[in-house]
Amino acid sequence: MSAPNQLLFQGADWDFHTLQRICDTCEQVARDELGLDVYPNQIEVITAEQMLDAYSSVGMPLFYKHWSFGKHFAFQEASYRKGLMGLAYEIVINSSPCISYLMEENTATMQTLVIAHAAFGHNHFFKNNYLFKQWTDADGILDYLEFAKRYVTHCEERHGRLAVEHTLDAAHALMSHGIDRYPGKKSLDLRAEEKRAGRRRAHEESAFNDLWRTVPGTKVKTGAILDVERRRQLLGLPQENLLYFLEKTAPRLRPWQREILRIVRHIAQYFYPQSQTKVMNEGTATYVHYRIMSRLHQQGRLTDGNFLEFLQSHTNVVFQPEFDDPRYSGFNPYALGFAMMQDIERIVTNPEDEDREWFPDIAGKGDAMAVLRDVWANYRDESFISQFMSPHLMRKFRLFHLHDDPADRSGILVDAIHNERGYRRLRRELSRQYDVGFIDPNIEVVDVDLAGDRRLMLRHTVVKGAQLTEADTKRVLQHLADLWSYDVSLSEVDTSGTVLKEYVAHPRSLAAAA
Amino acid sequence: MAIHIVDRRLNPGSKSLENRQRFLRRAKALVQGAVKKSSQERDIKDVLEGGEVSVPIDGMDEPRFRREGGTRDMVLPGNKKFVEGDILPRPNPSGGKGRGAGEGDSEDAFRFVLSREEFVDLFLDDLELPDLAKRKLAEVESQGIRRAGYSTSGSPANISISRTVSRALARRVALRRPSPETLAALEAELETCSEARRVEVLAEIEALKAKIKRIPFIDPIDIRYRRFETVPKPVAQAVMFCLMDVSGSMTEHMKDLAKRFYMLLYVFLKRRYRHVEIVFIRHTDRAEEVDEQTFFHGPASGGTLVSSALQAMHEIVQTRFRPADWNIYAAQASDGDNSYSDGEVTGRLLTDKILPACQFFAYLEVGQEHGLSYEMPNSALWTLYEGLRANGAPLSMRKVNERSEIFPVFHDLFQRRGPQERAAP
Repeated sequence: MSAPNQLLFQGADWDFHTLQRICDTCEQVARDELGLDVYPNQIEVITAEQMLDAYSSVGMPLFYKHWSFGKHFAFQEASYRKGLMGLAYEIVINSSPCISYLMEENTATMQTLVIAHAAFGHNHFFKNNYLFKQWTDADGILDYLEFAKRYVTHCEERHGRLAVEHTLDAAHALMSHGIDRYPGKKSLDLRAEEKRAGRRRAHEESAFNDLWRTVPGTKVKTGAILDVERRRQLLGLPQENLLYFLEKTAPRLRPWQREILRIVRHIAQYFYPQSQTKVMNEGTATYVHYRIMSRLHQQGRLTDGNFLEFLQSHTNVVFQPEFDDPRYSGFNPYALGFAMMQDIERIVTNPEDEDREWFPDIAGKGDAMAVLRDVWANYRDESFISQFMSPHLMRKFRLFHLHDDPADRSGILVDAIHNERGYRRLRRELSRQYDVGFIDPNIEVVDVDLAGDRRLMLRHTVVKGAQLTEADTKRVLQHLADLWSYDVSLSEVDTSGTVLKEYVAHPRSLAAAA
Repeated sequence: MAIHIVDRRLNPGSKSLENRQRFLRRAKALVQGAVKKSSQERDIKDVLEGGEVSVPIDGMDEPRFRREGGTRDMVLPGNKKFVEGDILPRPNPSGGKGRGAGEGDSEDAFRFVLSREEFVDLFLDDLELPDLAKRKLAEVESQGIRRAGYSTSGSPANISISRTVSRALARRVALRRPSPETLAALEAELETCSEARRVEVLAEIEALKAKIKRIPFIDPIDIRYRRFETVPKPVAQAVMFCLMDVSGSMTEHMKDLAKRFYMLLYVFLKRRYRHVEIVFIRHTDRAEEVDEQTFFHGPASGGTLVSSALQAMHEIVQTRFRPADWNIYAAQASDGDNSYSDGEVTGRLLTDKILPACQFFAYLEVGQEHGLSYEMPNSALWTLYEGLRANGAPLSMRKVNERSEIFPVFHDLFQRRGPQERAAP
């Protein structure tokens, strides 16, 4: 380890010794001064092309093969070449050890920034946030992906690429509805999951005996029509995890198809916390890198020039265009998250009267890091914003709330602005924008007509008049019907119970699924 | 806690290749359409280079349950003057999150780069030469073997002794391995030297012997193997005759059209055969075989005798390209003018000599720019060929006026067909 007050590096060049030195120094700051608690780190240096590769398989180092990843790759490569998009400086994987990719093109300053950001900021967040603790299995994910990849390849060899592709297409279409939103089930253990899948397969193979086919069947019991309540209970209805429901109850799926649905579902579940914590996750990482970099500069380990280079990237990252700026495309999670973390620090260390009134629990407590670590562990975007968005920050961002009711001919209403009357409403509405329960359409399986044509019935509960887009819905339902093998219907129902629209889809080919 | 740093840069890249191929396979129809469209806009030479195509994104999107409409609430940053209760006019009547005009392109289509291989493959995918027998031969290629230098690994049978020994020698010299002569000389000296010198010499001999032991006569790193590589040996070959009328009536535009057509044909044949020869024949009232440069750019003028070109082709076929070994193709481009007396000779040459030897004979009649091909009156040549075709000759003919027509016409001529179908005029 380099002696204190000695430059970590000079100029822009780096080598592996420099990286090691940077890591060690960052770790010192992260652990001793910020009190972060991280998974073991693994830093991997990759090329731009490999970065593009990683992008297209949702950032994971290994993944099963599917055409849509190729599509994403082609898309990203094209926009990268055109210069529309810079590559991200880093990709970080929620696994243990926590893997961060660094691009070889980065300068030494950028590498320091990325290491501070990913290997300590994100890493701490992954390890400590309750959602990740509850839903993801950092130790098992890489092994599980390896298993998934092998399994899909194996299926392709056995059942043909097209059949597998079709199943995967269908599963992907339902991926956002393959998530358990509420805890209650035990958390994922992907290693055990993988073992179970292997045992299942072995059992199926050993239990297969063609002779059973020849045993004369008994007459199917008739008349025993279960009453509706009981039937629903048996099927676990209503069920909003469509993939889970299909995996467990779709009558004509083959075992390997169920396993594929299961894989897609597990992966969707693994990514679920990330979608709920974008602002917090990026805010944490940005705050951490800002603290570490400033500290390194203070200690004389970064030259002024390098620190300026850092500040320039940092400023770009946390830039928030205003709504009338052509660059505006919603809130920048880095900007919002970082601003909120800094604001919390301000409230804790240097509060004003207003802050004392709004945040009696934390205002003036003095130890900013203790408060932040607690926040990072216990909130997700929605609850984080609804708790910690301060009037000070709302004024700083000059937030305002628009209410757009298509029935109102006169125009869009400015419902609240950053003033005494508006603060609470603004905060509520903003946090709602991050409420996943609100963002994804609420679609449930409500019933199956077991006595009749086995039609699967779904319901979309329409909120605030937003209905499903027709073309997409038809295509998703088609996939759903193919998996279910019988008709599928979806009705859109508003809160008063009126049915607004009905869709029906018929399976494309019974024989193919049977 | 030690931090692991791994250099992955040397890992094989393009993990996405397989996914990319899957995507292309899946999007084949779309990409093919895009390729055709983009090749119309480009110079034919560039077709060989591959390149960017744009594919409509909605043809390849993946459906999800999505919502739209309804009342919307949003919180935005950057309020400057609004106060609570203000009513803002809607930005555009369609409402919703409309795309601004002009930025639609990036949403509806995305461009991506196809490699040369991919591009030409897709471009030619549904094309086929209207010939069956010899094409099959062409696909069964035998592999020949040829020497390809030396390598550090191989089978013992392939050890190159001379190369190995010479490398061993070089190494021994470089490492200063003592030669047996030096040793012998020292040993001889030992016999005669003084007692004092004797100890020295003995030590020296010991040292030399040790060195000889350390530096082997042949070290594994010296060993070189003869390397062989397999090369495809063309079994069937193709030759294309480009017959162009360069008489005074052919304008630059017409030549350009013809050139484009030949280029395409060339690309196409290159794909199907390992070995393609091109013979350029230009003619006015007499024909000559020329090089490419002269063919397209050399000035010439004079009357028109189509038969002269056919005669020249026939002679070349007889001397250089045995029809039994070669797939012979001919593409003729002309404005259709021929001297009246030549018609019969041309017809006879074609039926008796040329067509029996050819796999395929394409006739392209090039017209004036901005003309309409279906309004062109039938020329002398056209009428003649039409007659031959009616009698069942393997002739295809098309009229072309505009650059952009070249591709469709080419495509049309070589479209994959059932065995019974013929290219219609």
